[in-house]
Amino acid sequence: MSIDPVTLAVIENGLRQVCSEMDLVHEKTSFSPVISEAYDRSNGIYHRDDGEMIAQGELGLPIFLGVMQFATQAVIERRRDLEPGDIIIQNDPYLGGTHLMDVKMVMPFHYQGRLWCWLSNTGHWPDTGGMVPGGFSSTATEIQQEGLRLPPVKLVKRGELVQDVVDIILNNIRVPEERIGDIRAQIGALRTGEKRLTALLDRYGAETVDAAIRELKGRSARLMRARIEAVPDGTYSASAFIDSDGVVNEPLEIALDMTVAGGEITFDFTRSSPPCRGPMNSVWATTQSAVYVAIKHIFPEVPINAGCFEPLHIPIPEGTFLYAQYPRPVAGCAAEVAQRIMEAVFAAMGQAIPERLFAAPAGTSGNLALGGYDPEAGGYIMYLFSGGGYGGWWETDGLTNGCSSVGISKTQPIEILEQHYPLLFERYALREGSGGLGKHRGGFGVDYKIRLLRGEGKASFLMDHGRFGPPGLIGGEPGAVNEIEVSQAGERSVPEHLSKGEGYVLSEGDWVHVKTPGGGGYGPVEEREETLRERDRRRGYDGEG
Amino acid sequence: MSGNDWQAGIDVGGTNTDLILLDVAGEAFRVAKVPTTPEDQSRGVMAGLTAGGAVLSELSALLHGTTIATNAVLERKGARIGLVTTAGFRDVLELGRRTRPYNYGMFGYFEALIDRELRLEVAERMDAKGRILTPLDEVGLGVALDRLRELGAEAVVIHFLHAYANPVHEERALEIAAARWPNDYVTASARVLREVREFERASTAAVNAFVQPVLARYLGRISERLGAEGYGRDLLVMQGNGGTMTAPAAARQPVQTVMSGPAAGAIAAARIGQAAEMPDLIACDMGGTSFDVSLIRGGEPALSAEKDLAYGVPVRVPMVDIHTIGAGGGSIAHVDEGGILRVGPESAGAAPGPICYAKVGERVTVTDANLLLGRVDPAGFAGLDGRAGDDAVATALREQIGAPLGLDAVEAAAAVLAVAGNQLASAIRLVSIEKGNDPRDFALFAFGGAGPLHAVALARELGIPKVLVPRFPGITSALGCVLADLRHDYVETVWRSLGDVDTAAAEAILAEQARRGRAAIAEEGVATAAIDVLHEADLLYRGQSHVFRMAVPGPGFSAEAVAAGLAEQYRARFEIVLEDMTPVLANLRTTVFGRRAPLDLSRLGTAGGRVAGGATMRPVWFEGGFVETPILPRESLGPGDRVEGPAIVVQADTTIVVDPAARGEIDSHGNMIIVVGGDDDGQEG
Repeated sequence: MSIDPVTLAVIENGLRQVCSEMDLVHEKTSFSPVISEAYDRSNGIYHRDDGEMIAQGELGLPIFLGVMQFATQAVIERRRDLEPGDIIIQNDPYLGGTHLMDVKMVMPFHYQGRLWCWLSNTGHWPDTGGMVPGGFSSTATEIQQEGLRLPPVKLVKRGELVQDVVDIILNNIRVPEERIGDIRAQIGALRTGEKRLTALLDRYGAETVDAAIRELKGRSARLMRARIEAVPDGTYSASAFIDSDGVVNEPLEIALDMTVAGGEITFDFTRSSPPCRGPMNSVWATTQSAVYVAIKHIFPEVPINAGCFEPLHIPIPEGTFLYAQYPRPVAGCAAEVAQRIMEAVFAAMGQAIPERLFAAPAGTSGNLALGGYDPEAGGYIMYLFSGGGYGGWWETDGLTNGCSSVGISKTQPIEILEQHYPLLFERYALREGSGGLGKHRGGFGVDYKIRLLRGEGKASFLMDHGRFGPPGLIGGEPGAVNEIEVSQAGERSVPEHLSKGEGYVLSEGDWVHVKTPGGGGYGPVEEREETLRERDRRRGYDGEG
Repeated sequence: MSGNDWQAGIDVGGTNTDLILLDVAGEAFRVAKVPTTPEDQSRGVMAGLTAGGAVLSELSALLHGTTIATNAVLERKGARIGLVTTAGFRDVLELGRRTRPYNYGMFGYFEALIDRELRLEVAERMDAKGRILTPLDEVGLGVALDRLRELGAEAVVIHFLHAYANPVHEERALEIAAARWPNDYVTASARVLREVREFERASTAAVNAFVQPVLARYLGRISERLGAEGYGRDLLVMQGNGGTMTAPAAARQPVQTVMSGPAAGAIAAARIGQAAEMPDLIACDMGGTSFDVSLIRGGEPALSAEKDLAYGVPVRVPMVDIHTIGAGGGSIAHVDEGGILRVGPESAGAAPGPICYAKVGERVTVTDANLLLGRVDPAGFAGLDGRAGDDAVATALREQIGAPLGLDAVEAAAAVLAVAGNQLASAIRLVSIEKGNDPRDFALFAFGGAGPLHAVALARELGIPKVLVPRFPGITSALGCVLADLRHDYVETVWRSLGDVDTAAAEAILAEQARRGRAAIAEEGVATAAIDVLHEADLLYRGQSHVFRMAVPGPGFSAEAVAAGLAEQYRARFEIVLEDMTPVLANLRTTVFGRRAPLDLSRLGTAGGRVAGGATMRPVWFEGGFVETPILPRESLGPGDRVEGPAIVVQADTTIVVDPAARGEIDSHGNMIIVVGGDDDGQEG
């Protein structure tokens, strides 16, 4: 059926609106600060037959761009027994997932007596059990150490919460009382989607909306192809390196051969390193999502639905750490490996169309976890995710202290962290000299030092770019590497794996000092304008001011 | 002007300076509109007063809405300012909270309001409980202040970590600065905002300092001019919170004037709505380039705690919650490469402007679509030199929109309006549900030049049953200035489990806030009819990060009553019961209102009488085709008059579209109340 242009535009807007309202309810009612403050969640609508993305909230966390579709597909394949009112919960990384902390819910949406689509969402829970609070162990060697792994099981059956499942979950995770709030928030978001989508279908008719969805998918695909056609055909190769897997102290290589031809791109990662012992493996869903997010960062104007992925091909990188199989540990896949995959895509595209690219961003979530006991307030777990410099780009210098490329979350204010935890920040500063030099300099990382005021705590680090700085583009220099230093009873040390380590026991007076990476430079430094050099000197950006 | 008790409201907008004069005792009023004089707004203000025939010696109050503070930040035309802060934290303003301007796209640009060269550190430190860990280095502070003067700073910010918990170091720094700094432009962070979050507090203080010299000079200049012309009182300045304060107070806390114009518009909407017995409104101000939405519940505009003035520049003072959507009459329509019709966010602005303003060959705008469909009067553009003919507009619509979509020019214009309306309606819906409201429970208050043109269509799309168009939509903000009360807001962070809050300490905080508010109002010396004090608490459950604000049930402070109130509010909003969770008291707040004597607005409905003037006819496009439609001058309508759709009502500052299913009636205050009518098609559940 043909569909008039107004109806098409209005339905596109309406589908997006349903997702935005789901995101809003999810965020506002969650207990997990990772969801409510860091927006680490996503909500969307997926096709009834193949689970392809119809629409997903624009304010959802970027890395879930493809993941949610894969998670929904896993449910379609495995659960043919679903009834109206059922909701599935799952977090299995190997079934369209990321790390275990990203808990997905998938709900069949029925309209006029038949399955019409799937509504799915995901939220990052602060804990799902496992060997370290928060789940970001850097030394796990099998998935069981990382937390509770839920296959697609019914959390809600015909509208009723399945208490047995809830009890199993709550018995296996830390701070369970807050998680029941998160479960309700996540279900609430799906119910909002149900209500709003029903209204949309009532208004325009299921057949018309179906036709619009098909049309919109085709148009997104065409739009993406048009963008790709502007990229010169050819094969572009680039590599990105992860410092180590946290267990074996050797770098891992993401080797990309990117072929652009006839409006399509093939991303071949098969030359990459084999699976690793530590938790820096990436599951297939996350690997694919990373490519999608990278492309969306390069062509942000293309509307998100399954159509925009159509011209993108990723042959299965069998035998590499980017195609992890059970029971490989995967805690670092969403936060770190995905960012390195994106860095490889940025670098390859940077060779093809440097006029619309940027040098590498800091590209690490800079995760410091600190769990301990405060004699004044009791037990606690703190996560501190840090930003870093973005790469210089075609117009100007890179941003300072930007968010990770997979996320959109803000850091917690220092004053709030000091309210909650027995810590004192001795400094929280721009890291001078960290931006890669270039015609357009990379942005700066952060330099912070935390001292433990009371009791005992245990620190762990899951960061990256400690061995190699974020590379420059077209002659720009790399940004500074990530640095960590720990002082225990006056004894200073640097983690053996540079950017990763755990089990650092801290006592009163001990401290941790972290310097996050700067972004890569863009263009040769010789071409930098003198006025900008002068300004940087005045501001002490070079570390000598 | 006769009589001797008149009040004047003046709103200086980007394009026009609007004025309304009201005789307090009588029924008379006057309005005027003159061009804004951007290089020195006081010239436009004086011209407006002259145009309105104001006799300054007969004014008992002059209330002023100004965009000076907002624009100084947006255009980065504030003062050169310096910062003295806690050692280790000079970069707080530049680091922000690890963000990027857009979700997708790893690029962007940001400059902190204070140059790094002018951000200096001094030894001092408090812990989170306000205990001194490192005493203030007073000598170092003096050296830093001297250095900032040498570097040419005109204003200075003192920002110390945890100053909200214990401001003693900032207070001492103020004393030292008072002796050393050459002017009064010294801002201490906790004086502006006594609330936890170092970046937001620093940014708010920086905005205050950045705009202070500019605003203070302006207020000094205009006060002098007004005094010379015989005005004998303090000028009152509109604040972003919807209240007013005196010019000297505004010069001390200029950050409070951010968004003052839009806030005045919301206040006027609220008061007009109250008088019309429509206390719940969605106020829509549509101008040339933007569309401002605010919610009014129970006769009061909703407030927000924080607003990003620009990327990386949050301001955390209570402000009328205005959501700006990038859509207006000048919004550009285009068909994207995927073949989807899109309207905005790009705008033609004043230049190049819509095609119908003689901008042949430019891109099609919403105004062009309105013109082609007969919604706005072609003669309305006649005053413009070389106005492009309808043919040029039709050609552009056909070529730019119609051809790629397979539509003729008229269909293309209708499509542009439909898509624009749908986008605006979606944005309005998000604004209202974000606050936990269903838009169908509201009436739509339409103002600004383009608001009444689209109001009925928007209401229909949203399922809103009624539209209120005030008598003078184009001077709503000026009217809001005259109606605003004096207002001062205070906040103090507590951050304790509700169970651990010491009742006496909480009551002492609230009492002190109320005392400061009353003192401020007494000092301002403006006649008030009553003083009202509102105590509120910000609460959350331990583990959450979004706070809920609720009134503190009096008398005194009862933790149990507050906890019960929070549980009830949470249940009402999210249908979730959280009985096992620990409530935390984040902040205590007090607002003190100096109520000004109410002004009777019914005069707007009747004054001036009804002007005779019949309807002319013109073909106007509505769903299904062109209909011969009566065009009525607004002046010809008086209280009780009815207008059956289809009809177009025209007045100098706007055009009201009443579509075929709608009907309007003029109420006793001169408002046009439009019942949207029609089927329930648009009313989503």
